[in-house]
Amino acid sequence: MTAPFDLNDDSVVVVIGTGAGGGVLANELAQKGVSVVALEAGGRYLPEDYINDEWDSFGQLAWTDPRTTSGDWRVSRDFSGLPAWIVKAVGGTTTHWAGASLRFQDHEWKARTTYGDVEGANLLDWPIDPREMDDYYTRAEAKLGVTRTGDRAGLPGNNNFKVFEKGAKALGYEKVHTGRMAINSADYDGRPACQQTGFCFQGCKWGAKWSAAYTDIPNGEATGNLEVRERAHVMRIEHNQQGKVTGVVYVDADGNQQEQKARVVCVAGNSIESPRLLLNSASSMFPDGLANSSGQVGRNYMRHVTGSVYGIFEQPVRMWRGTTMAGIIQDEAINDPSRGFVGGYELETLALGLPFMAAFLDPGGWGREFTTALDHYENMAGMWIVGEDMPQETNRITLNHDVTDQHGLPVANVHFDDHPNDVAMRDHAYKQGIAVYEAVGATRVFPTPPYPSTHNLGTNRMSANARDGVVNGHGQSHDIANLFVSDGSQFTTGASENPTLTIVALAIRQAEYIAAELGRQTL
Amino acid sequence: MTFRKQGMTRRQLLSQGAMAGVGFVIGTGFVAGRADAANWALEVEHLAPETMATLIQMARDIYPHDQVGDQFYASAVKGYDSPEAAPGIEAGIAALNEAAKGAGYGRYLDIGWERDRVDLLRTLEETAFFQQVRGGLVTGLYNQKAVWPIFGYEGESFSEGGYIDRGFDDINWL
Repeated sequence: MTAPFDLNDDSVVVVIGTGAGGGVLANELAQKGVSVVALEAGGRYLPEDYINDEWDSFGQLAWTDPRTTSGDWRVSRDFSGLPAWIVKAVGGTTTHWAGASLRFQDHEWKARTTYGDVEGANLLDWPIDPREMDDYYTRAEAKLGVTRTGDRAGLPGNNNFKVFEKGAKALGYEKVHTGRMAINSADYDGRPACQQTGFCFQGCKWGAKWSAAYTDIPNGEATGNLEVRERAHVMRIEHNQQGKVTGVVYVDADGNQQEQKARVVCVAGNSIESPRLLLNSASSMFPDGLANSSGQVGRNYMRHVTGSVYGIFEQPVRMWRGTTMAGIIQDEAINDPSRGFVGGYELETLALGLPFMAAFLDPGGWGREFTTALDHYENMAGMWIVGEDMPQETNRITLNHDVTDQHGLPVANVHFDDHPNDVAMRDHAYKQGIAVYEAVGATRVFPTPPYPSTHNLGTNRMSANARDGVVNGHGQSHDIANLFVSDGSQFTTGASENPTLTIVALAIRQAEYIAAELGRQTL
Repeated sequence: MTFRKQGMTRRQLLSQGAMAGVGFVIGTGFVAGRADAANWALEVEHLAPETMATLIQMARDIYPHDQVGDQFYASAVKGYDSPEAAPGIEAGIAALNEAAKGAGYGRYLDIGWERDRVDLLRTLEETAFFQQVRGGLVTGLYNQKAVWPIFGYEGESFSEGGYIDRGFDDINWL
């Protein structure tokens, strides 16, 4: 049941993007009786459409509109036109995500206070008290069916996990388990348990992994209060002379420009597209883009300290079998500056199929040094590093006016330089990851460079003070009361955890706030 | 991919060709596998057969897997046999042969040791031609489903019910 709203209906909340932020927000608002039009740039794909094939799936789901890159990060050299591996589809990157669902630790909400003044870092405390998040996290975990939370059991460990676990235990790590995963370990919420198929990144064909595409989106539509318009690419946000936003202009599925009026606009296009949209919405009243009086729109781009470690063993592992990321070591996810850096990192199991292993193991590599690694693909185990990176003002999304997309709009340039703290953390994590595999008898190990970013954060950050960031503690822009940011771009800092659970918890919280403010007639 | 010239037996086809240096059979409009060991032939329309043979050897030298037959490398580069791509490939292979000559060899295909061919490729690895060929192979070679079993990779698993009953946790050597 889809609610068709009129383009001139200026009572609706327009949500731009339908991923972990926008998809959840749209449903939560619809459940409260708020009329919502969600505009999604991509098409709608459901489990029966997903493809157990890495490149075919990438072609189906990935956001491959043109982007440019700069900076000293290796992604800019290896994948210059593909800074991020994220999804353009209803449900956004919740189709692709691995499902790791971790709460921030208390100290990570207060990074500036905890880490102090780190040179070159633009650290700030979140304007949110960690205790305020407890209940929202609990609700987010219930929505996603996160294993090892509530009374939900953990997933069984696959071969890749067993190698990882044995090495971790040999090193003395204690916080080692199959993760807190938004992948069902038993039937839950009308969706089946994980069948250990692999291909978590390609969309779960069983629907065992939570994705907004087949949970929150249809649940919201069933209320009659949510209309999702697919293949609707928003070009700019409009405002009136009072400086309130009034609607959005988008290109519809047939290539025609439309304007949807709105009472409230919520931007949830991820940390590259959301600031791009605000910047592309510049006007004579807001010459630097919407919500940008601080000059912080697009800045403080974070992508987590990442990297992978692969190990080759004497005998087969067959890491691709089973849940891709159901395995974690959390012992290093602490703040212990004696290691040579502030913040911490998680180590999580990860597997790639042969095609993506060839693309990502050592991008640009060739010759026997490279091919002898792939020769032993069957004997490989893999893990991924997820650590807190430092926000830097100069790491930023800007408009590249020399390159335009299919709609004639300037594309986003993604500039990223590693902070010395990021480099020190990655080196430490490589060393520990290698030690894990060597403890199980690895004959060869590979500290593999970062892939295009899936955790894109921070480019419209929350701040207590309007001069330090773009939005307040509810994701409401400091400058424009009826303009919200609802995705990972509102992150003040990145913490060491995979971000989706926090994006979902913040969306649940933001929906309450918006519904309450609408009720008070303040928006 | 047409691995066989229509209407000809392999023996007839091979009888028209000449052994190239490293061991491809190069004939009029086709490249075929080394001697009788490999049962494949690739017709070319826009590239000179010798150019295609050199390209296949170059592909193997970039991503050498001794357990992977030439036909998979041929399949990985056959797309360059098009009106659009052929001129660039002809120029690139000509430059490769020039470089071989400059290093004291005949053609690239005349260099007997892989090590010597790779040394030559190292001097060219920053060129657009090398990067075009290497980059194309990442998908052209490794995304061939027929190659996957050689590496043990099992590919699609949903239709088999995943691995829940098929060994997701069957590791027995830990």
